[in-house]
Order: sequence, then C-alpha cells, then structure tokens
Amino acid sequence: MSRPFWSVGIINYPMKALSIHNLKKTYNNGFQALKGVDLEVEDGDFFALLGPNGAGKSTLIGIISSLVTKTAGEVGVFGHDLVKDNEQAKRCIGLVPQEVNFNQFETVKNVVLIQAGYYGISRKQALAQTEHCLKQMDLWDKRDLVSRRLSGGMKRRLMIARAMVHRPRLLILDEPTAGVDIEIRRSMWQMMREANRQGTTIILTTHYLEEAESLCRNIAIINNGQIVEKSAMNSLLRRIHTEHFVLNIAQHLQAAPLIEGYEIELAEAQLLNVAVPKSHGLNRLFQQLTALGIEVLSLKNKSNRLEQLFIDLLQ
Amino acid sequence: MNYSVPLFTILYKEIRRFTRIWPQTLLPPAITTALYFLIFGKLIGGRIGSVLGVAYMDYIVPGVILMSVISHAFSNVVSSFYSTKFQHHIEELLVAPVPNWVILIGYVGGGIARGVLVGLVVAGISMLFTRVGVLSWSISIGMLLLTATLFALAGFINAVFAESFDDISIIPNFVLTPLSYLGGVFYSVAMLPPAWQVIAQGNPIIYMINAFRFGLIGVTDVDVTLAFEMTLGLIAFLTLLSLWLLRKGVGIKN
Repeated sequence: MSRPFWSVGIINYPMKALSIHNLKKTYNNGFQALKGVDLEVEDGDFFALLGPNGAGKSTLIGIISSLVTKTAGEVGVFGHDLVKDNEQAKRCIGLVPQEVNFNQFETVKNVVLIQAGYYGISRKQALAQTEHCLKQMDLWDKRDLVSRRLSGGMKRRLMIARAMVHRPRLLILDEPTAGVDIEIRRSMWQMMREANRQGTTIILTTHYLEEAESLCRNIAIINNGQIVEKSAMNSLLRRIHTEHFVLNIAQHLQAAPLIEGYEIELAEAQLLNVAVPKSHGLNRLFQQLTALGIEVLSLKNKSNRLEQLFIDLLQ
Repeated sequence: MNYSVPLFTILYKEIRRFTRIWPQTLLPPAITTALYFLIFGKLIGGRIGSVLGVAYMDYIVPGVILMSVISHAFSNVVSSFYSTKFQHHIEELLVAPVPNWVILIGYVGGGIARGVLVGLVVAGISMLFTRVGVLSWSISIGMLLLTATLFALAGFINAVFAESFDDISIIPNFVLTPLSYLGGVFYSVAMLPPAWQVIAQGNPIIYMINAFRFGLIGVTDVDVTLAFEMTLGLIAFLTLLSLWLLRKGVGIKN
C-alpha cells in the first residue's frame, strides 16, 4: 500500500479511492455551487483540493461525506456508489470538517468513543481504538476533560482522532491546520504523512499552499464550481517559468542594478526583488552581481511557488 | 451490518444526557405534580367530592401522570435533536453508516425513556397523597408507552423543522399545554356543555388520558379500543413522516 513520497505523476491503480462524474449541486436559493465536476483520486494518493473561498470545495466535500444532497451526478468511494451502496461508501470515509462539530459537553474520550459506536464497533474494540487514536494525537492525558475546555489546536486534533477511529481508507481533511500554531501544524503534517504512508488516501483542502506543495502528490483546483486544473503537483510546479527572490545585499544601493534577462527592483537600500526566469537560472545572476561589486548575503523565495501558479490559474 | 451497536450508542447518549442533568429533567415534574395533588386534589378536590363515582384525587392521578409523560417525551427529543442540529454534531451521525430508522428509534427511544421515568416519578409522588391501584397492567403500560412514543415522534418532527430555539418552544407552549389541560386531566368530558363535548372529541389527548385512566381506575369517557387504534394510527403516520423527512434531509442537509 505504501508509496514513496517522491513518486510523481498520476499512477493508475486498479481501484479509485474517489470517482466523481458530472457532479452538480444547485441550492434552494438557485445558487449553482457545482457545475458538473469530474474528479478521480487514486487509492493511496495524497491529494490537494484547492480553490478560493466560495469555489465549491465545501459543497464537494459535503456531498462526498453525505452532509449535502447532490442535484445530479455520481460519486463512488472505493467502488461503492454513494447512493446505491451508501453504507459501504460511508464506512470508507473519515471526515475532519472545517468547523468544530463535536458535542462540546462530552469528554474527549466520549467524543471518539461515541463515533466508534456509530460505526458499529463493539465497545471493547472501540475503547482500544479510541485509546490508540487519542495517543496518536497526543490527547490521551486529556481524555477525561470536557471537550469545550480544549485549545483550538487540540480541538482540531480531536476531530482527526474521531475521524480515524473507524480506520477509514479515505481521510478528508477540510482545512485542518487553519488557525493552529506552527508547531502543531508541523506535528499534524507528520501525522498526515504517517497515515498516508500506512495506506490511507488523503484529500486535503487548505489555504496554506505551502502545505499542499509540501504534502500532496496530486492536485485539483476548483473555481466557480468547476475543476479548472488537475495534475501531478510536480508537473504543475514545472510550469512556473519565473521565480521571485528577495536578495539581502551588503552594499547600500541608490538604484537597482541593470542586468539583462532579469527584472530587478530596489525594495530597500540593501534589499533587491528579483524575477528569475528558469531559462537564466541563479548562477548567471550571481556572476553579474559579483561583477558589479554587489555581495549577496542571503536570499529567500518571495512567494510560495504554488501560490504564484494558483493566482495565475484563477486569473 | 449489526445495527444494535449504533442504536445502543444513540440510546446510551440520550439517556445519559437527561439523567446527568436530573435536577433539570426529573426533579421539576416531581415538585409540580406534588403541588397539583396538594392544591387540586387535597384543597379543592375535597370540596368537589367524586367524579364518575371516583374520589376527585384518584380521578386526576392518571391524567397528571400522562400529562407529564407527554410533556417530557416531547421536550426531551425536541431539545436534544435540535441541539444536535444547532451544534452541528448531527454531522457525526450523518457521515456514519447509520440508517435513518436507527437514528429515529434512538432519539425516540430516549424520549420514551424520559417520559416513562418521569411518569414513574409522578406516580410515586401521587402515592404520597392517595392509593390508586392498577386495574389493568396491559392497558396502563400499553397506553403509557404508546403515548410516550407518539409525543417523542412529534418532538422529533418539531426539531427537524426548527430553525431557532423559539421554534422548539412554540408547540409545547401553544399546542401541547392547552391540549393537555383541555384533555380531561381534571374533569370528565361528560361535565362539559354538549357543544364542547363534540369539540373535545377532536382532541387526541382526551382518548389517551381516558384509556390510561381506565387502565388504572376503571373509568373512561371514551371507547378504549378506539383510543388504542387512534394512537397506533397516529404513531404509524408520524413514523412514516419522520423517516421521509430524514430521507429527504429536511432541516439537516443542505
């Protein structure tokens, strides 16, 4: 089941984790949230579903997880039709929603234990799995605490533990790291990677594009209720022709240096913004700067690469 | 799949919910009914004498018990299911492979449990004031359970449609309470003017209270068989309506 993290391209597995065909959703107020979405996610994939606010991500996830009724189209989860074979399809899915949606008057342990009961897991087994999931999320010592007393990050980890308790084959994470600090975010990334390494297919929506770039192998971008891009993350990133860097330099400059093939602007006296075409590369830039007597102390990416592409695609 | 685990999980959660807050759920009916028996039974009832050949205190006991059952079976389900919707943890159930009928039985079962438990508390309080026996266990328990089921179902439907906390108090305040008080708890239908006797026949609670009263003390204003048939018919109708609402996702899915 496990797949190397560096694998690129969309690999054809015999069973699709998720198969969506011509999915449409029109709400009662007439708003058409999905306008015929076609999407496939491979078994074992770590898949990013990105899009601006109101693009249709939450509606799509809502339909897959049976929280929203579709208007038309077909959804299959590991070969189980969401309508005709609803219970089997649901059994394959674990959902971590965007908003906190557990009973905040229950204890941490009961939140997970009750969810296990809904999936028909016997009490003995449910207790063992609850303990395992809470330990994995570093919440076992909080098990008897009323869940509303947890911090924001802990609440998100509790929702992941709850989603994992029935050992789903497809885990859908709807902005799981929104509003959590960097340390918790890193530990959640680690957890997601580990779950994926153990064979769980993961669909991730996030507004942190760095997160998607770092974790996901394949990506779909949704806008105005339609998939506007679907490809392997690496091949998408290869499409970037120009990268933007910020150079910290030793000298105090009055004007930006002129170097052919590069767009350079002086942001501050010792700070240069440079647009570097992939065809030219960085070596040539450094050679030219050295020739002009400009010493580069450090450099960093001005913007996240996926972010740049995301903006380009949506424009 | 074996649905007993999800069903017992919902039942356990529901019963735990109202037993955990027993001072709010089980204590108030005990105090209220003690006051009913003291004021209507002892102080005023002593001057009324008997109704249909039964001491007034004994006459009101079945109605007071059933009125509490109605109100608590209804309010348990309406408040619990609406809170589940309001806090969005209904989603925990909707994403899981739990069939609609299991959800319905679980919530209605919780309402029945509270209704019956409150009924027992009220019956226990009545024993402090009078000695009402049970003439027919099957009729008494049968009507008690059916009444609790019917109003638990009604509470479920109210919660499905409710969009605010105001919506879950309208039916109890403006429908259930008047129908219960006009349902023959404190008087016999025969005591009403002829025109009101006809109107009273449209109140389903009259049938339930009288059938339950017949089961306990052997007096009734209505045909007990008709009362059972009507209650069962209403339960069947509300069950089908609830399942249809769940299937359509009314009030719980977009």
